[in-house]
Amino acid sequence: MESLSNRKKVLEQKPMNFWERMYLPAIIKGMRITIRHFFKKKATVSYPEVERPYSKNYRGMHSLKRDEEGRERCTACGLCALSCPAEAISMISAERKKGEEHLYREEKYAAVYEINMLRCIFCGLCEEACPKEAIYLDGPHVPADYLRKDFIYGKNKLVEERFDVNLLEMANLKQEIN
Amino acid sequence: METAFIIEKFVLITIVFVLTLVIAMYSTLAERKVAGFMQDRNGPDRAGPFGILQPLADGGKFFFKEEIIPAGAHKSLFIAGPTIAIITACISSAVIPWGQQLTIGDRVIDLQVADINVGILYVFGVIALGVYGIMLGGWASNNKFSLMGAIRAASQSISYEIAMGLSIIALLMVTQTLSIKDIVAQQSGFVNWNIWVQPLGFIIFVTCAFAECNRVPFDLPECETELVGGYHTEYSSMKLGLYMFSEYINMFVSSAVMSALYFGGYNFPFMNDLGLSQNWITIIGVLAFFLKIFAFIFFFMWIRWTLPRFRYDQLMNLGWKILIPLAIANIVLTGIITLIKDTYW
Repeated sequence: MESLSNRKKVLEQKPMNFWERMYLPAIIKGMRITIRHFFKKKATVSYPEVERPYSKNYRGMHSLKRDEEGRERCTACGLCALSCPAEAISMISAERKKGEEHLYREEKYAAVYEINMLRCIFCGLCEEACPKEAIYLDGPHVPADYLRKDFIYGKNKLVEERFDVNLLEMANLKQEIN
Repeated sequence: METAFIIEKFVLITIVFVLTLVIAMYSTLAERKVAGFMQDRNGPDRAGPFGILQPLADGGKFFFKEEIIPAGAHKSLFIAGPTIAIITACISSAVIPWGQQLTIGDRVIDLQVADINVGILYVFGVIALGVYGIMLGGWASNNKFSLMGAIRAASQSISYEIAMGLSIIALLMVTQTLSIKDIVAQQSGFVNWNIWVQPLGFIIFVTCAFAECNRVPFDLPECETELVGGYHTEYSSMKLGLYMFSEYINMFVSSAVMSALYFGGYNFPFMNDLGLSQNWITIIGVLAFFLKIFAFIFFFMWIRWTLPRFRYDQLMNLGWKILIPLAIANIVLTGIITLIKDTYW
C-alpha cells in the first residue's frame, strides 16, 4: 500500500554481527544504565515525614470560613448544595437567637452542615456558588478512614478554628523568625 | 586429636556459620535496597534507620505464618526438600580459606575450617547435591508448577555444571592443585591473581555460577511470571524462608569461591611491601576477602536488576552450544600456552 502520510519507515532487520551476538557488550551497556540509576536522585518522597507541597490552586478538604470577628459566615442559603453535581452537601438551617450575634454573622445560619467526602468530587462549584464567601476547598486532601459513616464531615470538622488572639500572635512570631 | 584443636575448629565453624547466616539475612535487605536504588526508589526504609531491621521483621513474619502441607503432598519428602537445600548451602563454605594464619601466643590458627586437598571437588559435590533439595521439594508438592520448576532446576544445573567444571579444569591446569588453600596462596599480591591468566574461564565460571544459584537471568526454576513460584509454590512459613535463605547463602558461598579462585581470596595489593606483622596482614586479608565477596554479591544483584530472564531454549543453547565449546577451547588454549611457556621460557 502506498503511504499517504509519508511517515512510513521500512525497518530493516539485519542479522546480528559477531559483536552483537557476543551478548556481553550489550550486558555491559545495560549495566551502565542501571548503575547510573543507582546513583541518581530518588524520586521518592518519604510521605509521613516529608510532605509534598500542594499546588496553589489545589482543591482539597472544604472549610467553612469565619469573618474578621470570628463569626461563621454561612447563612445556610443552600446554594452550595444546589450547585453540587455530586449531591454531597446537605444542611439544616436555623434562625439566630438573641445573644448569638457574636457566633453567626447572618440572621440565619446552618445548624447542621454535612459534606459526604465520598460523594464529593472536589470540583469547587460550591465555593463558586457561595454568595457569602463562606466555603473554600483550601484544606489538605481528605484522610483515609475505615467506615463510610466517618466520611460524612459535620461542622465540627469543617468550620474554621475560632479566631484566637494567641494564635495570631504565634503566627506573627513565626513569620518574624522566618 | 587435641582438645585445643577441636575447640579452635568449633569456634571457627560457629563464627563462619553465624557470619554466613547474617550475611544471607542482610543480602535480602541489600537485594531490595539495590532493586529500589536501581529503579529510582528508596527501597525498604521503615523498619529501623535505613531499614536495617527489615530482615528481622521478615524472619519474624516467616515464623508466625501458618505452615501448610498440601493434602496430596508426600509429607516426608516435602519436609526433606528445604532441609537439604539449607544444609548443602551451609556446609559448602567449609573449605573456603578465610585468611592466612593467626598467631595467638604460640598457637598458629588456620582461618579455614577444613583444608582438604580436593577442596574444589568438595564444593562442586555439595553444590550438585543442592539441586536435590529443589527437586525433592518440587516433586513432593504434588503441583504441576512446582514440578515444572523442579525439572527446570535439575536440567539447568546439570547443563551448567559441565561448563563450570570445564572452566575450572583450565584453572587447575594453571594452578596444578585442587586445594583451595594452595590456589589462594599462589595468588599473593595483585599481579598473580588468576583472573589475569584465565579471563575467559572466569566469565564462563561466573555465568555458570549464576545458573547454579538460580539467579536472574537464569531463574527459570522459580520464575514468578510463568510458574507462580516455581518449585516453592506450595511452600509457606519457615520452609519457604529456608529456600529463600539457602538461595542467598549459595550466592554468598559462590561469591566467596569466585573471589578465592580468581580474585586472590584474602590477598590484597602490596600486602608484602607494607611491612606489617603477620597477624595484621591476616586481619586485613580477611577484610579484603569479605570486601571482594560483597562486591560479588552486589554484582549478582546488579545483574539481576539489569537483565531479563532467558527463555528455556535460549538457556539450553547458551549452556550446551556456547559455554561448553568455549570452555573446551579455553582448556586447549591454556594447554598450548602452558606448553609454549614451559618449553621456551
